Amino acid sequence: MTKSPQAPRWVDNWPRGSKIATAAGWYFVLTVIALAMVFPFLWMVSTSLKTFSSAFAYPPTLIPEAWNWSNYTDLFTKDYLPVLRFTLNSFKITGLAVLGMLLSCSMSAFAMARLNFPGRPVIFGATLVTLMVPYQLTIIPVFILFQWLGWKDTHYPLWLPTFFGGAFGVFFLRQFYISIPKDLYEAALVDGCNPFTILWRIYLPLSRPALATLGVFTFMASWNDLLNPLIYIDTLEKMPLTAGLSFLQGQFSSDWPKMMAAAMVSILPILVLYICAQKAFVSGIATTGLKS
Amino acid sequence: MSAALLKSEAPVRDDGPEHQAADVAVETVRQNPPLTKKRPRRRGPLERLERTWGLILAGPYIFGLLFFVAGPVVFTWVLSLCEWNGVTAPEFKGLGNWTRLLTDGLFWKASANTAYFVALSVPLGVVLSLLLAILVNQKLPGIKVFRTLYFLPVVTSFVAVSLVWTWFYDPNIGVLNYLISQTFKFVGLTPPEPVKWLNDPRTAMLAIIIMSVWKGLGYNMVIFLAALQEVPVSLNEAATLDGAGRFQRFLHVTLPTISPITFFVIVITLISGFQVFDQVYIMARDGRPADSTLTLVYYLYRNGFEYLQMGYATTIGTALFVIIFAVTLIQIWAQRVWVHHD
Repeated sequence: MTKSPQAPRWVDNWPRGSKIATAAGWYFVLTVIALAMVFPFLWMVSTSLKTFSSAFAYPPTLIPEAWNWSNYTDLFTKDYLPVLRFTLNSFKITGLAVLGMLLSCSMSAFAMARLNFPGRPVIFGATLVTLMVPYQLTIIPVFILFQWLGWKDTHYPLWLPTFFGGAFGVFFLRQFYISIPKDLYEAALVDGCNPFTILWRIYLPLSRPALATLGVFTFMASWNDLLNPLIYIDTLEKMPLTAGLSFLQGQFSSDWPKMMAAAMVSILPILVLYICAQKAFVSGIATTGLKS
Repeated sequence: MSAALLKSEAPVRDDGPEHQAADVAVETVRQNPPLTKKRPRRRGPLERLERTWGLILAGPYIFGLLFFVAGPVVFTWVLSLCEWNGVTAPEFKGLGNWTRLLTDGLFWKASANTAYFVALSVPLGVVLSLLLAILVNQKLPGIKVFRTLYFLPVVTSFVAVSLVWTWFYDPNIGVLNYLISQTFKFVGLTPPEPVKWLNDPRTAMLAIIIMSVWKGLGYNMVIFLAALQEVPVSLNEAATLDGAGRFQRFLHVTLPTISPITFFVIVITLISGFQVFDQVYIMARDGRPADSTLTLVYYLYRNGFEYLQMGYATTIGTALFVIIFAVTLIQIWAQRVWVHHD
């Protein structure tokens, strides 16, 4: 094994066997923390599989005595628990939000990165300022706007604004587009492509990692959003999972197995996405830190 | 930040009258074929192409900036001077909402609660996530699995994890009290009285803080990890040659090198800390018990959307913005002292 300059000296000076002991020590610490991070999810699964009475047994047990799937089947069959409806609503809202965000942000980011049009510096400045405006400052006027449009208790307020872009997405993609050599753009222009074709054929395919990151961020923000659905949606059948869950909590607060099953259903899609697209989740967060 | 960004931007074309004149000239030349050999500037039509497409492509975003950001921000300032239930015509009240805010005991209580949340969760979250980043920055086989697991709470919703933590915190049959009493028995001590956690005004906010720190650790860990991996190996080598131990190297090499990132992490954690809402809504609906968990955003929500006092709610929102802005400015001012710049 080569001696890495970063390895502490005392490790190198110790006999071989102790090195293994040190590694074992680290793995022990890592595992204890991992348990603390994962335990709530294990508990969620465990409780969701318990019967009502065994969930309240004391002392509590992690492994249910009998695997009871009825909490899950109830969610999708009982009318008073419209979790299937919530799930479909969440997918619809989140899907449209991701589509809108990717479409509008890539278009305007491309315009800001490559096209000279009047007012561009002003819009770029406004984007930077907007990044610093917290949503609480605009939430009530935007609510009034949607109420005036007659869109309260509809899904429009939850996804339509993404079709007009977002400051973070525009800024993030613009930074990516200006790193793509300008020669590509100019060569295509000389060949007679119009800017939209250049965006569609050259810039979008080249920016797939950045688009994946923005898409995943938008998915996460939309899927997990609670405040906006609470404000806009009144009808139970129109609620996405977050608002629906918080409503069910008020109705069935003591039925923990059912609540846990519903919570499990609500996080499953995003867990699957996280496992599949881990890099998009992590790299976006890591680079936002380094760029600032 | 903005200086660096603007530097990287392509030189902005001066859109003065002479260009418009040039465009007109190009147009004239196009319509009347040149009689002389003097040719128009080639970039004329291209510039028009860029201008048209630029406005088309950026159009939706410009519309969004106007109607979802700029307009609402202006409207917020106006509305904070009015009383409005959102249905009938708004009534101008001058500074009425602001004097009401300053004498509103609940507003101060919500501010104090939010400050308590921030004061505890931010330092705790930043320090623990830095330690976690150092831990997973080691070159051990399988370390990526641990990184994946530590990040897991970040991707899940506050709603789902708040539900399971509420169940944890149950004073009678909750797992947390069970684990505490078992630990006491294990080391041979008599278990303490079960803590009432979310049911006790003294511990309810603390319970929410613990859960929030747990959920946010992975996010900051990822940022710190990226920063740690950027620390030049040569710096550490030089320090080792000078006889610095592991802890000294951390103190005098690693910490100063990553301090700009630490600053960034503190600022974003502070900002999101002041906006705490979701977990309070699930774990302590309506600021229970006894408004001990009422936060500023919750108070805004309550006034605006439960009491339909839109004017007063925008006043609270504006106050929150002022607080966040002031705290961020203080951070920017303070960072000159402790952030290491090359």
